[in-house]
Amino acid sequence: MTTDVRKAPFLPVAVLCCLGFAAVWLPFLHVAPNRLLSGVARSPHEIVLAVAWLAVAGLAWFIRSRTLAIACVSAMVVALPWLAGHDAGRLLDGAAPTSRVQTGAGFWTMWLAAGLLLLDRLRGLSLRWRAATWAAIALAVLSLAMGGAFGDIAIVREYRAQRGVFIDAFWTHVALSGTTLLLALAIGLPLGAWAWRAKRAGGVLLGVFSFLQTVPSLALFALLIGPFAWLARAWPALGALGFGGTGAAPAVFALVLYALLPVLRYTVTGLDAAPADARDAARGLGMSRWHVLARIQVPLGLPVLLSGLRIVAVQTVGLAAVASLIGAGGLGRFVFLGIGQGATDMVLLGTLAIIALAFAMDLLFQGLHALAEVRA
Amino acid sequence: MRAILPLCILVALLLVLPHAGPWFHAWMPTLSHPLYARTSFHALTFAHLGLVFAATLVATVLGLSLGIVATRPFGRSLLPTVRAVAVIGQTFPPVAVLAIAVPLLGFGAAPTFLALVLYGVLPVLGQTVAGLDAVPPAALHAADGMGYGRWRRLLEVELPLAAGPIMAGIRLSAIVSIGTATIGSAVGATTLGSPIVEGLVGNNPAYVIQGSLLVGALALSVDGLLGAFERYVRRL
Repeated sequence: MTTDVRKAPFLPVAVLCCLGFAAVWLPFLHVAPNRLLSGVARSPHEIVLAVAWLAVAGLAWFIRSRTLAIACVSAMVVALPWLAGHDAGRLLDGAAPTSRVQTGAGFWTMWLAAGLLLLDRLRGLSLRWRAATWAAIALAVLSLAMGGAFGDIAIVREYRAQRGVFIDAFWTHVALSGTTLLLALAIGLPLGAWAWRAKRAGGVLLGVFSFLQTVPSLALFALLIGPFAWLARAWPALGALGFGGTGAAPAVFALVLYALLPVLRYTVTGLDAAPADARDAARGLGMSRWHVLARIQVPLGLPVLLSGLRIVAVQTVGLAAVASLIGAGGLGRFVFLGIGQGATDMVLLGTLAIIALAFAMDLLFQGLHALAEVRA
Repeated sequence: MRAILPLCILVALLLVLPHAGPWFHAWMPTLSHPLYARTSFHALTFAHLGLVFAATLVATVLGLSLGIVATRPFGRSLLPTVRAVAVIGQTFPPVAVLAIAVPLLGFGAAPTFLALVLYGVLPVLGQTVAGLDAVPPAALHAADGMGYGRWRRLLEVELPLAAGPIMAGIRLSAIVSIGTATIGSAVGATTLGSPIVEGLVGNNPAYVIQGSLLVGALALSVDGLLGAFERYVRRL
């Protein structure tokens, strides 16, 4: 039994260290003559990295101190990007000014493995310690970035070259997603409340939206171009508001259609969160329907709704990237334009920004959810 | 029932669209090429389905085996990590997965296939873990009491009881794959998204409508069929 206890928590370490160890032999960096050509693989620190992964696994096996493991893995999460930046600077020494050093599959796999390992070792600690560790790591990476440690990596160079366009695209993406969320809430909440009261009609409504949800996003976006172009021609006033065939209007319309199903579903579940007995008791005490809603159903249902909004927000940020194919702009433009030009750095810049935005939405709604749960 | 109507529409579209050139010409007389002709609609539909089927198959095998390993006694400690990967993976938009696959594999069907597999594993994995976790302990004890071995208990008790949620995961995986394969035509895969993307780039609304109608009918048909199969499995 004791051997089992000792072995069981070691398995994730073994699997993740094997992954990191194997990734040592994937290219850590690529050196390309310019931003359009593909590069030559370079892995300057194979042995050091291999030893580091073995050391982490060995430490976890022989000295089973959680604090030590967390310290080691945190150091690794910070050191990997630093190493990439440092190597990029050395590889660019004396190279042509158009040269680019891109981070390769080896770097990304190792970073992912280290991050997951840290997540595993932090499990079981209190929320305060976990948050503090991640905050410290974010601070360390951020201060390295401020100090210019990553200045020679290709994505950072791409960002510097396209800073204005990128920031515009970023805010367009945020605006598209934000408008969609607000509209979906404004329509979905009353509609959900109605669907909750009228159970049968509500079922039909949910069926219609789940039908729509199945249609591939690109097809729905594209099919809306025609009707919107017709609207703009029929009512020029709408055209002046930006309702052309392509652009933001059909994109937001389609995004709202996709967002409505989860909003409706979670509104109904949220209103069901207060047990019928509790509602009846409150009514018996002389509370009006609005009182029951405001005092009992909303506080109990809010956490459910917020966990649903988390899904909606993440989904919307991802789908808004597809909307750039019908001319809505946003970060998807970086991705598809980059793919068209064969500019990998541009694609990666857009992709990483989209993932970061989705992640930020996820964290934001997780935080709100935790807050609502405490108050409920 | 929900499968039959979309399926009829899909078959009708496949029969009618190849001969619908004059209609589209009458509708949009300014277009010089009112009908997508680079690849036949049948070939596009089969390519799309083939890509989605192969990717969903691989994703199902991967997701199912990972889910089973993570719920066995020896692999339990992996469960939190597997869950974390599934949760973090879901925040990656399909477009992002597609975009990451392109620098690794170049243009064409290969990056789309990789993206479909990577993204398709998550729902199957999540539902497998959820389904196996929800098997009532009483059923497990009964199987143990009857002297079932580990394998027999897994194959004859746990998996049949978890079949409903697992099937729901496979269905979700297939539907997401159909949508992502459509976008995959933007990175050079030949799917039903090709007419849409070419129509958007070349300003040809007829291509866009033809591709969108077909892929919409295809998605609804597959969803209906898999949904019917899921209900059948749950009733067993």
